[in-house]
Formats: sequence, structure tokens, C-alpha cells
Amino acid sequence: MAITDAPKIITARLGYDDSFTLERYLATGGYTGLRKALTMTPEAVAAEVDAASLLGRGGAGFPAGRKWSMLRKNPVTYLVINGDESEPATFKDHMLIEGDPHQILEGVLVSAYALQVTQAFIYLRGEFALGLERLQTALNEAYAHGAVGSNIFDSGFSVDIVVHPGAGAYICGEETALLESLEGKRGFPRIKPPYFPAAIGLYGEPTVVNNVETMANIPWIVNNGGAAFAALGAGRSTGTRLFALAGHVRNPANYELEMVKTTFRDLIYAPVLGGGIRGSNTLKAFIPGGVSAPWFGPDQVDLPLGQDEVGNAGSMLGSGSVVVMDSATCMVRAAWRITKFFSRESCGQCTPCREGSGWLERIMYRIENGGGREEDLDLLMDLCDNISPGVAWPPQQTTICVLGPSIPSSIASGIRMFRDEFLVHVKEGGCPFD
Amino acid sequence: MSHLQADVRSRAEELVALYPEPRSALIPLCHLAQEQDGWLVPEAVSEIAELCGVTAAEVRGTATFYDMLHTEPVGTYAVAVCTNIACLLGGALELLEHAESTLGVRAGGTTPDGVFTLHEAECLADCDKTPCVQVNHRYVGAQTPDSFDALVEDLRAGRLSDTIPNHGTLVRVRRSVGLQADAAAIKSERAAVAAEQATRAAAGGEKKA
Repeated sequence: MAITDAPKIITARLGYDDSFTLERYLATGGYTGLRKALTMTPEAVAAEVDAASLLGRGGAGFPAGRKWSMLRKNPVTYLVINGDESEPATFKDHMLIEGDPHQILEGVLVSAYALQVTQAFIYLRGEFALGLERLQTALNEAYAHGAVGSNIFDSGFSVDIVVHPGAGAYICGEETALLESLEGKRGFPRIKPPYFPAAIGLYGEPTVVNNVETMANIPWIVNNGGAAFAALGAGRSTGTRLFALAGHVRNPANYELEMVKTTFRDLIYAPVLGGGIRGSNTLKAFIPGGVSAPWFGPDQVDLPLGQDEVGNAGSMLGSGSVVVMDSATCMVRAAWRITKFFSRESCGQCTPCREGSGWLERIMYRIENGGGREEDLDLLMDLCDNISPGVAWPPQQTTICVLGPSIPSSIASGIRMFRDEFLVHVKEGGCPFD
Repeated sequence: MSHLQADVRSRAEELVALYPEPRSALIPLCHLAQEQDGWLVPEAVSEIAELCGVTAAEVRGTATFYDMLHTEPVGTYAVAVCTNIACLLGGALELLEHAESTLGVRAGGTTPDGVFTLHEAECLADCDKTPCVQVNHRYVGAQTPDSFDALVEDLRAGRLSDTIPNHGTLVRVRRSVGLQADAAAIKSERAAVAAEQATRAAAGGEKKA
């Protein structure tokens, strides 16, 4: 039983052992959305996606339709799909790529037709070896099936897709860093303005960059209409969305849930979903949208899973990753590890991020390991303030990209919600959870 | 003379042909070179530079940015233990400590026999199976200290060589066709669509988006 009776839009096929094959895809309605789209005008296809109010599923949550319409002024040259999923505890795109690669390809093909681009790139995270093989196999099958390449399905429309492997760098999930990487360079984010991909993207040409999960929704939207998608959810958050539930729950997994109509409590505690906190512990805190997001406490579990609802409460739905931490979790250690991640993955272009993340990591490490001082708490906040003035949400930015202002979230949340726990580390000269 | 073996070289040339600018093939070509040699030997770097139309320094400069590209030799099996937040909550630091003692190297190190390189990894996006471990970028599921030792033994004995190819081999599936949507066809298609839209607009039958 699902929590709401919303249809499974992007995970319907995943129950089959052979969900990734062309045979299964065709037997379950595959490529009918593309065939339908090719009988429509590109504008009509784009209008359906616009009507769906599909918010981008990568993290920033920008409406996909509006992203496309920004490009109607200048003709789009390239479509680039971001499959570089690396936000900690986010594992939804990984599942979609391995489990249903044709659905992604169909979404890309429909989008390419709507945008009238003749070359699309799917940038896949390098560590997804099986995903790369599944997607390349699916692409080979799709070419042989006539769905990609010259004159697809005898429509007169031609398009090529290239599957491109990354090589291990979190920052390449940032869209301008991804474009740099796709151009064969170090993954350095570009400064915006002027380098908005819609204006100056891949090879300096107007480019649309969309997330893998965003693409996976497109075939259903074309088949069922944008209005049917928009009828699900509420407010700006329409349709269903994948939530990657991880941490101290009984059933960590990806769950496709109707937006807004479902709450964090449903996700974490419903027997058919998270199944509650593992063992006999209780909920201490949870991260609602990837490690860049400020943390929530148990008093916020009744918030709906909606972009604005979570945004107004001081955090973000981000990548759709929900990390649950139980009462036996050391919050200093959790915040330290997240900070270490940012320190390792900072590309090094901007001083506040490059230096600040390392300083923060070392101070957090010494607090966790017994070398902390009481004044370290103020020092941490002062450093956070240097990276993101005011340490507020949404954050101020002193850097080229949003990796910098994402760094303070966990430390600021930890100190705000668990100040006493930090102080116990300092006073006892070590971690009380060891 | 080509350092890349004939079949690798032809695959490299196929890859270069997929991109509007050859430099875009730089990272895929580095993966190919590592498949042949295990790491980016200087001769391969020079050849990639020639294929991509850049200097060897630019290839190295790019490669050193990425965790998966190696400018010095690494073990046959890259064992990556994730310790990021979801895995941390699932006991990853303890598993990493155990892995270090089993393999006798610290994270980042390679065993003296050159078989294993141990990495402390960032999130590998398999967070419902913690602690998450990858060997040569292939998922091996959630690991306990005991299962980890069994995994190491299986790898040493060559029992997993079918599922886990040697280090450097990223993708065993080759692209079947080159680019097909040729520029002339694209141009005439765009003109046809524009003409059709103009006709529709003139007839007033199609609502503009």
C-alpha cells in the first residue's frame, strides 16, 4: 500500500529483473512517449512539460519548462544530462540509471526533439561502472531500434546521444563544472554571469543541462499530459519525486512519493516506507535534502515533502536525500565527516571554500578527538561567517559556486541544535559516544 | 609509433569522433589508457595529447584533478570504502580500520605485492547498503569485517575476475555506432520544421507555446 494513490511515474518498471532491457521496456509501454512526441510540434511538447510544472530533480529545483523556454530566444545547440550524482546519501539516479536506462534515453530524446537539438550528452559519474555499461547497452539497442540516430522512427528528426564518463569529482555535479569537464578540463565551476549555460554553455553555445531524474519523468508527461502530472502534489511541487532514505531507519531505500501530500514522518516511520528508527533508539535529527542542507530536529517531522514547505522552514529538499540520525549518533562526528567531505571536494578556485573548509575540518577533528577548546565554537561560527556571511538560509555566497556556502550548514546546525554536546566533547576531552 | 595497442587506438579514435571538439574525449581516453596500462604512463599521456589536440601538460593537468585517474602506478584492485555520512552511521570508520589491518596498508596505500590499493572514498551512491564498498568501481554490497576478509581472499584467488575486471577497465560495453545525425540532414530538418510552423501560424491553427 502506498501512502497516497499517486501512480509510480518513474519506478514502475523497477520490480522486473530485466527492467533495463529493451524487451522489457517495449513490453511496458516504452518509447510510446517518443512516438507521440514526434507527431506533435516541438513547441507543443515543450508546452506539456511547462504545464507539468516539473521542477528539476537535481538539487536546485528550477522548473524544467522554464529552463527550456529561456532558450527559445536563441536556438539551443546542446542538451546535456547531469548524471554525476555524488551528493552524499543520494542514490536515486544510480538506481534509475542501472534499473531503467531506456526511460532516461526516451526522456532525453523527447527533450532533444522539443528543443530541436541534434546532439545530447549524458555525463555519468565515473564510479558508476555498471550504470555506464547498462546505459551504453541501452543506447546501442535504441540505435538499432531506430529510436536514436538519423531520421528516428521515420519522423525526419535526427539526433545523436553520447554517454560520457566522468572520473571522480563531486564538483562536476555543478552544471558549469560539468561542462568544463565535458570539454576535457579540470572541473572548475564557471563564474555566473556571464557563464549561464543557457547563454554560454558547452563550447560557448547555448546549452540546456537537466538532471537524470528530470529526464525520467518526461515520457510519462508526454503520454499522460502535463496537466495529469501537475494534478499530483501541491503548489509549486508537482508530481512524484524519488526520496533517498538513508541512515538509522529499518528500511533504507529509494521511495517514489507524491510531493507535499507525504510528510517526513510518513517517509521515516510508515511501515511500508522507512519503518521507523532502527533498534530501540529514537530520532535525534535528520538532514532533509543532502548534506548541503541545514538539519531538522524531531519537531519538524510533520513537514510535507515539498520544495517551498521545506524551504520556508529553513532548509531545502535539495537532492531528495533524507539522512536519519538516531539518539546514539555523535553529532560532532557527523558534522566533522560532512565538513571533511567538502574539504576534500572543494575545487580550490575560491579562498573562502578552499581554505575555510580545511580549517573547519581540522577544528571539528580536534573537538571530536579531545583537543577542542570552548572558544572553538565561536571560531567555527566566525569561519562559517567568512564563507557565507550571516550563516543564514538561503545562504549568502562569497564563492564562484554553491559548494562554498553549503559548507557551514552542518556545523551551524550542529552548534545550534546540539551546543551542549559540543561542549561535553571539550570538557571531557573526547567523544562521549566512544 | 603508437603506445596504445591497435584495438585501443581504434577505440580512442572512435571516441574522439563523437565530440564537436576533440579535447572532450580527454577523460574517456584516459580511462582507455588506464585499461591498457593500469595507470597513465607518460607515453599514453603524450598520445592522448596528440589525439585531443592539446599538450601533454594539459592532459596531466586535467587528469590530476580527478580521483579515478592515476599518474602513478596503483594496485590491480582498487578497494574503496566509503566513510561519508550514511556509511559513517552504518559503521564505516570501523570497517575502514579493519580493512587497513587486513590489507596491512593505510588508506591511500598499495600492498607490497601490488594487488590492492585501499581508498577511503566519498559517497558512492549506494547508501541503503552500508558500509558501502566498491572494488574497481563495481559494487560489492554492504560489508562487515568478516565478509570483507572473505572478499579479499576471493579477489586474491581470482574467484571474482568475471564480475570485477582488472583495474582500469571501466566499461566493457563498446559503443556500436558513430554519430548519425549529419549536419545537412539537421539543417534541412530545421528548415522544414520552421516552414511547417509558419504555415500553421498563418492558418491560426496552432497555439504557440
